[in-house]
Amino acid sequence: MKQVELSLHTIYQPSEDVVAREIEGEIIIIPLAAGIGDMEDELYTLNETGKMIWDRLDGRNTLAEIAAALADEYDAPLDEIERDVLGLIEELARRKIVVAQTE
Amino acid sequence: MVSKSTQKEYVRILSPSRFDPWHGKAPLLSHLDIELTERCNNACIHCCINQPEHDAELAGREMSTAFIKDLLQQAADLGCISVRFTGGEPLLRRDFTELYLFARRLGMRVVLFTNARLITPELAQLLARIPPGKMVEVTVYGMQAESYDAVAARAGAFAGFWRGVELLREHKIRFIVKQSLLPANRSEQAEFEAWALTAADMKDSPGYSINFELRGRRDNPARNRVIESLRFSPEESVALLTSRPGYVEEMQQFCAKFMGPSGDLLFGCGAGKGACVDAYGRAQMCMGLRHPDLVWDLHRADEAEAADMSPLKFVLTEVFPKWREIRATNPDYLQRCARCFLKGLCEQCPARSWQEHGDLDTPVEYFCAIAHVQARDLGLLDEGEKAWEVEDWRERIANFSNRKSET
Ligand code: SF4
Ligand code: SF4
Repeated sequence: MKQVELSLHTIYQPSEDVVAREIEGEIIIIPLAAGIGDMEDELYTLNETGKMIWDRLDGRNTLAEIAAALADEYDAPLDEIERDVLGLIEELARRKIVVAQTE
Repeated sequence: MVSKSTQKEYVRILSPSRFDPWHGKAPLLSHLDIELTERCNNACIHCCINQPEHDAELAGREMSTAFIKDLLQQAADLGCISVRFTGGEPLLRRDFTELYLFARRLGMRVVLFTNARLITPELAQLLARIPPGKMVEVTVYGMQAESYDAVAARAGAFAGFWRGVELLREHKIRFIVKQSLLPANRSEQAEFEAWALTAADMKDSPGYSINFELRGRRDNPARNRVIESLRFSPEESVALLTSRPGYVEEMQQFCAKFMGPSGDLLFGCGAGKGACVDAYGRAQMCMGLRHPDLVWDLHRADEAEAADMSPLKFVLTEVFPKWREIRATNPDYLQRCARCFLKGLCEQCPARSWQEHGDLDTPVEYFCAIAHVQARDLGLLDEGEKAWEVEDWRERIANFSNRKSET
C-alpha cells in the first residue's frame, strides 16, 4: 500500500468525509464518503495511544506540538511519542481519514 | 518519515460482521427501522401497506423532517449505528436526501428499501459519493414489463425500475435484490436468479417473498382476499425452501437451538428489544405489529420528560419491556401454540395474529399448515399428527439434528 510522506511540522485534522463516534469509551471512525478507508463498509477503531492522539487533532496544533504536549502530560520520552504520532497519522492519512492542513 | 517498522497497530479495522463496540453487551438500541411513508408509487396487488402516492391527507400526517431528525439523534444518543429507511416507497419523501445525509453524518449506516423507480441521476451521484455504508435493497416484481406492471398495477413501472437499477449499476452503488414471487412472475424465477447474480452484489441466491402478509392496518378485507389468493400454498412454500442449497444442514442446526413450546408468553421473539417507527411517529415493537394497544406515539413527550429521558429511550426502557410480558388468553392458542414444539419454526406470532384476526393470540391457519408441512418434510411429524400433541418432541429433534454427522 502507498506510503505517505509526513512531517511533524504539519497540522492534521480529521477529514470531513468521516464521522467519529465515541461508543463505550472507544473511538469508532465511520467513513462517510466513497474512497475513504480500504473498503466501503469497514469501520475503524484506535488503540489507547491512537485515541489520545486523535483527541488532540483539533486543526490548531502541529504533530510536533501534539507530541510535545503528550510527552509532557504523560511524562514519556518525546522521541517515542513522536514515533507513535507519526505511526498513527501515517495509517490514517493513507486511508484519507485525516488530511493535512494546507495554509 | 516513519516506516512500518514501528509494528504497532494504531488503527484496527472493524468489519461489520465482527463489529462489536459494546464488547458483547447489547446497547439499548443498535438499529432503528423507520417507515418514512406508507404511500407508494407502485400499487402492488400483494402489498400489506401501500397507500396512494398522492394521498395528501396521509402525507400531511406523516412525520415532519425535524421530527425524524430528532428521532435519529435520539437513536444515535442511545448507541444506534444503523437505520433502515423503508415504506411504502421511502424515496417519495421530498426530504429523503436531507434525512439520508443527516443519518450518515450521525455516523449511522443506512439500509434503504426501495423499488428503485425514483432513483434519479442526482440521487445516484449522491449515493456514489456518500455510500449508505450498508445496503440498498431493491425488490423486484417481474423481469418483463408485462409481469412487473401487472404486479405493481402501474403502467410503465417496469421501465422506471429498470432505469433506477441501471443508475445504481452505472454509479457502482452496491445493492442487493429480492423478488416477490407471484403468479404473474413465477415463470421468471430462473431468469431473475441468473440476472440477480450478475447485476447486483449478491453473494448468495436472492431471497423471495412468497407468504405475503395481510394488510397491516386491517383496512381492506377485499384486498386481504386478493393477497391470500396470491400466496404460495404450504406445499409450494416448503418446496421453495427445500430447494435452497444447504437447507437440511441449516435446519438441523436451527432445530437443535430454537425449537420447543414457548408457553403462554407471547413475545419469545426479539420484538420490542429494538424499535420500529411508523410513518406517523409511532413506535412499534416490530414492523408488522400495528395493534393500536401496542404502539406508542413518540410525539407524546410528557411521560418521557417526567422520567428525564428521550421519548425513544422511554419507550425502550419503560413501555416495551412491559408489553413483552403479555400472555396469551385465547383458549385455542393455549391449547395449540403454547404447547407446540414447532413454535420456533412457525411464522405464527402476535403480528400475524393481529393482521389475520385483529388480536394477539389466535393461531394463524396458513402458517400453521406451512409449519406442519415443513415438519413432515423434515421427518419431525408423521402424516396426520398435530404438533401440539407430540410428547416425545425432544427425542425427535435430537434424532433429526444428529443425522447431521451421518450426512
Ligand atoms: S413497491 Fe413495495 S411498498 Fe410499494 S406497493 Fe409494491 S410492495 Fe408495496
Ligand atoms: S404450528 Fe400451529 S399450533 Fe404450532 S405454533 Fe404454529 S400456529 Fe401454533
